[in-house]
Amino acid sequence: MTRHIRVIPRLDIKGNNLIKGIHLEGLRVVGDPQEFALRYYAEGADELVFVDIVASLYQRNNLSDIIKRAANQIYVPITVGGGIRSLDDVSRMMHSGADKVAINTAAIARPDLIAEVARRYGSQCMVLGVEAKRVADSHWEVYTDNGRQRTGRDVVAWVRQAVELGAGEVMLTSVDQEGTRKGFDIPLLQAVCTAVTVPVIASGGFGRAIDAPAAAAAGVSAIAVADALHWRRMGIGQIKQATQAAGWDVRMEIPS
Amino acid sequence: MSPSVVVLDYGVGNLLNMVRALEHCGAAVRVAERGGASLANASRLVLPGVGAFGDGMAELRARGLDELVLRHAQTGRPFLGICVGMQMLFDVSEEMGEHPGLGLLAGRVKAVPAVGADGRAHRIPHIGWKALEPRRDWQGTLLSDTQPGERVYFVHSYAPVPDHEEVRLADTDYDGVNICAAVMRGNLYGCQFHPERSASPGLHMLRRFLAA
Repeated sequence: MTRHIRVIPRLDIKGNNLIKGIHLEGLRVVGDPQEFALRYYAEGADELVFVDIVASLYQRNNLSDIIKRAANQIYVPITVGGGIRSLDDVSRMMHSGADKVAINTAAIARPDLIAEVARRYGSQCMVLGVEAKRVADSHWEVYTDNGRQRTGRDVVAWVRQAVELGAGEVMLTSVDQEGTRKGFDIPLLQAVCTAVTVPVIASGGFGRAIDAPAAAAAGVSAIAVADALHWRRMGIGQIKQATQAAGWDVRMEIPS
Repeated sequence: MSPSVVVLDYGVGNLLNMVRALEHCGAAVRVAERGGASLANASRLVLPGVGAFGDGMAELRARGLDELVLRHAQTGRPFLGICVGMQMLFDVSEEMGEHPGLGLLAGRVKAVPAVGADGRAHRIPHIGWKALEPRRDWQGTLLSDTQPGERVYFVHSYAPVPDHEEVRLADTDYDGVNICAAVMRGNLYGCQFHPERSASPGLHMLRRFLAA
């Protein structure tokens, strides 16, 4: 069967700015997140993901205003991540216009938060954010705080546990590939897609259009793309065409 | 004058994006958290829905909104249930036990099959932009501005299986498994997908609803 593949621009946010870095360090300001979000919506983004990349580190949460502005003009699903630590945080994001939340650090600290979010808002709202770093062949460790903090947890075991608790989707970021433009960590995607039956979003490493169908072949349901879009090296349509040409089911329409 | 809509808030889901989408389409939106006499003449009702069926129905009843929906349906005025709000129109849901719904449409809400027609496992929840295929003529319905094959956004693990073919308006396909995507009986409408998150095709449908 032809799997459906979503293409999801990922907007990493610091303060009021859209930023991008290499290996999640050495950040560079890209621009106004609203301007980019509107462009991606018009280009046919299937969803948008906003991640506040410093929220976990500095214990603050300033995404609400950015999400409110975006949700006002954008009629595709919006996922928000970064610094979400409690049901109150989830509620604030949902009331700002988020459709889903991605939770990473707080879920590691207290896995029951996954079950609480799933119970109150439904599993479809509870996206598990995972930062995976390769530690050996076919073995990845869960990191938090944008690849700075190791947890000692095995990625595959953690994703299984989180899905049992109620996570309805997994956004899987390779810390090794992030910002390299060298392609996704395919063995990582395969390992996680085999371990769970919820949809998996590949993140970290997209560089060339053919990276999208390669991730699809590894089993994912969506791919997240950041700097290739931000720096206009590629358009969403190009990525989708390459994915469709490889035989995957893709939404080619753009909003009229 | 702007067409008016009452969006029912039973405290579980997030109404904000629903309200915004309706306002974008030109509606004057009022959000109602409780049933009551002042809503008896509402020209249009929307029942959005995320979260679990059982919790949602319990909240709907606790707030007297179930009665409101039942009475509104009798008047023949337009009603739109979305996602879990569509599922609630049916007799019963099998999500986490067995929970009675509003019983306005005959049928059961069942888990989306975990395997495709080829017997191979596929991803649940069922998420993505899927094509709408007609089960009847869309002329004169909320989908009259929609082309067969247009894609809308689904995110769900359960879907209704209507007893009666004539209420089925549109289906979508998930690996060879037919999924009921939209139903109607008179002015009573339900859709499993999210028009408020489905870009132009979803907004077209909401505009038709406001013109109904």
